[in-house]
Amino acid sequence: MVTMDLAAVTERYLDLIGRADEYGAVDLALGLIDEGVPAEDVLLRVVAAGQRRVGELWASNEWSVAREHGATAVSERVVAAVSGRVRPAATRGRVVVACADGEYHALPARIMAEVLRLRGWRVDFLGASVPGPHLITHLHQTGPDVVALGCTLATRLPRAHATISACQAVGVPVLAGGAGFGADGRYARLLGADAWAPTADAAADRLAAGLPSFPAAHDGGAAAARLGGEEYAYLARHRAELLSRVMDRLGEHTGEDLGHIADYLIAAMYVHDSVLFTDFVTWTCQVTAARNVPAESVVLGLRVLHDLLTDCPDTRVVLDQGVAAAQTCCAHHCAHHCADHCADHCADQRAETRV
Amino acid sequence: MKGATGSTGPPRGAVRPAPGLLAALLDGSGEGIVLCDADGVVTLANAAAVRLMPGVEPGLPAPAPLGAVPSAPDGRTVIHGGRAIRIRAEAVGDGRLAWYLADLDAAPRTEFLLEAGRRLSASLNPRRCARAATELAADFLCDVAVVLLPATVRRRMEWVRAVSGRPGPEEGTLPVAEAAQVPGLTDALAGLRHGTSGQHAPGDTGQHAPGGTGQHAPGGTGQHVPGDTGQDPGGVPEWLLPEGFGPVGHLLVLPLPGNGVPAGAIVLARRPGRSPFDDDDERMARDLATRAGAAISAASLFREQSAINAILTGDLLPPELPEIAGMRLAGRLRASQQAGAIGGDFYDVYLPDTATDTAPDDGIVERPPLVILGDVCGKGARAAVLAGQVRHSLRTLLLLESRTDRLLELLNRSLLASPSPHSYVTMILAALRTAPGDHVLVDLAVAGHPPPLVLRRDGTVEEVAARGSILGVLKQISLWPATLDLAPGEVCLLYSDGITEAFGGPGGREMFGEERLKAALATCAGMPVEALVERLEQLSTEWLGGGLGGGVGGAPGTGLGTGPQDDRALLAVRAGRPG
Repeated sequence: MVTMDLAAVTERYLDLIGRADEYGAVDLALGLIDEGVPAEDVLLRVVAAGQRRVGELWASNEWSVAREHGATAVSERVVAAVSGRVRPAATRGRVVVACADGEYHALPARIMAEVLRLRGWRVDFLGASVPGPHLITHLHQTGPDVVALGCTLATRLPRAHATISACQAVGVPVLAGGAGFGADGRYARLLGADAWAPTADAAADRLAAGLPSFPAAHDGGAAAARLGGEEYAYLARHRAELLSRVMDRLGEHTGEDLGHIADYLIAAMYVHDSVLFTDFVTWTCQVTAARNVPAESVVLGLRVLHDLLTDCPDTRVVLDQGVAAAQTCCAHHCAHHCADHCADHCADQRAETRV
Repeated sequence: MKGATGSTGPPRGAVRPAPGLLAALLDGSGEGIVLCDADGVVTLANAAAVRLMPGVEPGLPAPAPLGAVPSAPDGRTVIHGGRAIRIRAEAVGDGRLAWYLADLDAAPRTEFLLEAGRRLSASLNPRRCARAATELAADFLCDVAVVLLPATVRRRMEWVRAVSGRPGPEEGTLPVAEAAQVPGLTDALAGLRHGTSGQHAPGDTGQHAPGGTGQHAPGGTGQHVPGDTGQDPGGVPEWLLPEGFGPVGHLLVLPLPGNGVPAGAIVLARRPGRSPFDDDDERMARDLATRAGAAISAASLFREQSAINAILTGDLLPPELPEIAGMRLAGRLRASQQAGAIGGDFYDVYLPDTATDTAPDDGIVERPPLVILGDVCGKGARAAVLAGQVRHSLRTLLLLESRTDRLLELLNRSLLASPSPHSYVTMILAALRTAPGDHVLVDLAVAGHPPPLVLRRDGTVEEVAARGSILGVLKQISLWPATLDLAPGEVCLLYSDGITEAFGGPGGREMFGEERLKAALATCAGMPVEALVERLEQLSTEWLGGGLGGGVGGAPGTGLGTGPQDDRALLAVRAGRPG
């Protein structure tokens, strides 16, 4: 095996995928493998590390959405190429890897699927946004030992919860992964996942340690019993109407951000954790600041929502905390200084699970 | 069955229940009740007492565990015959003593029933059902449990084995003939021993197996293992047990009754030190076998149907898109029926016939690669079958015809002649020719379908001016084909109306519409074609879920993203090399 400065390699990789140079990136990755770098290191320390940088570059507005998507598409191809080059024998059980319904960040899950395959698992990778019925049908047909469920954005938690419960109801334990479950996996535990892992290699270690072959019966516990609730149900049901009313006041151009804000608010109310929301608001302010959009627009949106939700006292408390977080961010924000400051923060938020 | 009989004291109080009634009352009690006279001879024992402590019989001295229990308010727990029993003694006058026996194993039995219900009804996968059955057995009944599933095609059978206290069952396969090495297993697998009783297994004639671990527990209470299913654990083959398990003390082999045909068999084994399987154990084991058999046979039916379904629908799924020199393709198809993944939208690619040995006069035409995207009337399996027929017909027609307008006319006639009603199809044919300078020329024929969009290098989006009639409705169709010139990096996008007619958005009732699709496509300039198609599908899905380029916040049951939706298809061609 060759010792190699993988950090420098990652910079080269980033440059290649930034130019959507698929052949260059594939050659680089396969070249490393030929030189004796373990495939798992190529996936985690080059591809995943490169994708983390892509997230940062997008957040700080140095890369456009198109460039980010292009780079990600190239990385998908690289992972496929590595998968074609290294074919370990299947010595362990069967794992189904899927992204939660509505979750389109497939690459982190794909990389995890490959790492598990490299560690000897038989892996079925079902891809991005797997509808619940599709996943459950697959579980019945193939009878895997475990489902590894990826969730990058916390807004998918309510659906992820439904998926976790459905998998467990058909007797298959669930390993949850991805930033959507919280940096410390708190939402994975809350939603009743049988295990949680922060990274692809940690997931492989966790599976190697063994999961129960049948999920434990969940009486839920006090926290799980509180999941959702009246205000959550109200918000989820009236999301569309609320957004139209906010847009009537603020104009349609705010729509996209508002959609995100509403979804994070709904998710925060689902898990009863305002930090989920305030973290998102802080991150949004930093991203908008990098695009020279004043964070005040975020505050404005939150205030209008606050005014409209007269019957949701708990939600209003969370919105107040969101306003405070946004104002803190505005205070911090002084032109370009912010970009550096953000980068670290944003990195965690978005890069999160570009693995 | 021995009942509550024996002498009772003189009447006290006004009503003295008839002895029959008293016996029925006592036998109805779940607690064992034993009465002894001053000499320690049992005068009364109800049904529960006899069940909990075989050997208790009126007229005989009270067996050891009872005599040894001093009178104490809370009683004490003894292990008797492998069963935990709490015994409370009470002096009832005239030197007589009453014992009350509570079965502490009843709690595990309730737990067993709950767990069995939960685990065995969960999966529709035969192997998972078998795992659940072995784990339940190893948790509640024995030290090792092995389920053997019915033989498959190659005369092998799958087995699943769980060991108490070890994580995760092991699995493997085995030649069917090996079953003969376990006494009674071949019969059980054939379902031959179902429901018979009163016979002892061959070999259960009182001789001890070689190795000294006979069926009867050494030091046990001497009662016989009842029923016909307790097998001589003597010649147990090595494959049955995990490595290092040691000798088997007691063996129980039961068939798993299925839907008419046996669903396999279960083998339960206990170590020599444990008590033999008694009546209750066997009842529990039979209950487990019945439930497991029902679960496994239901799962096997599902597997069979799934396999047939997979074969029938295999050709209806969208194909893998091939590499074509000078361009790149990417496609996405989301069926409204999520579990089936098939529907009325379709796309396909027809590469030129590469057979080089065809005679020059065999009529096979030369042509460039052709991609198609279409939408048949309706949804679900019925629509998917028609879509499959259209794809297949086209494959045949392409052997003889390459002009896109002629192909559509022929398809139209074939659909009009179709016996099934509502065979309406809209579709696009796109013949792909490479041209100098990494350009791609696309010859488009559009039949009643939304015309393709083009993404130019500068990010502008155009609608191609090709039009034509829907197929399968009128005898004469009109077509206005068009040829499109794609410079390197430019994209031609074919889509179905499921994309543009997706209802959702922030208001929940708005159509996604062509304008939003064009705007979304314009943001994709420079993207690899896979990323482009994925992004458009994502935006459309989010629109359905009430998003606005934002997230899908709704959970199932909240009414978001759960409304009726159409199939959605996207297929994009990008000219030039990647990058």
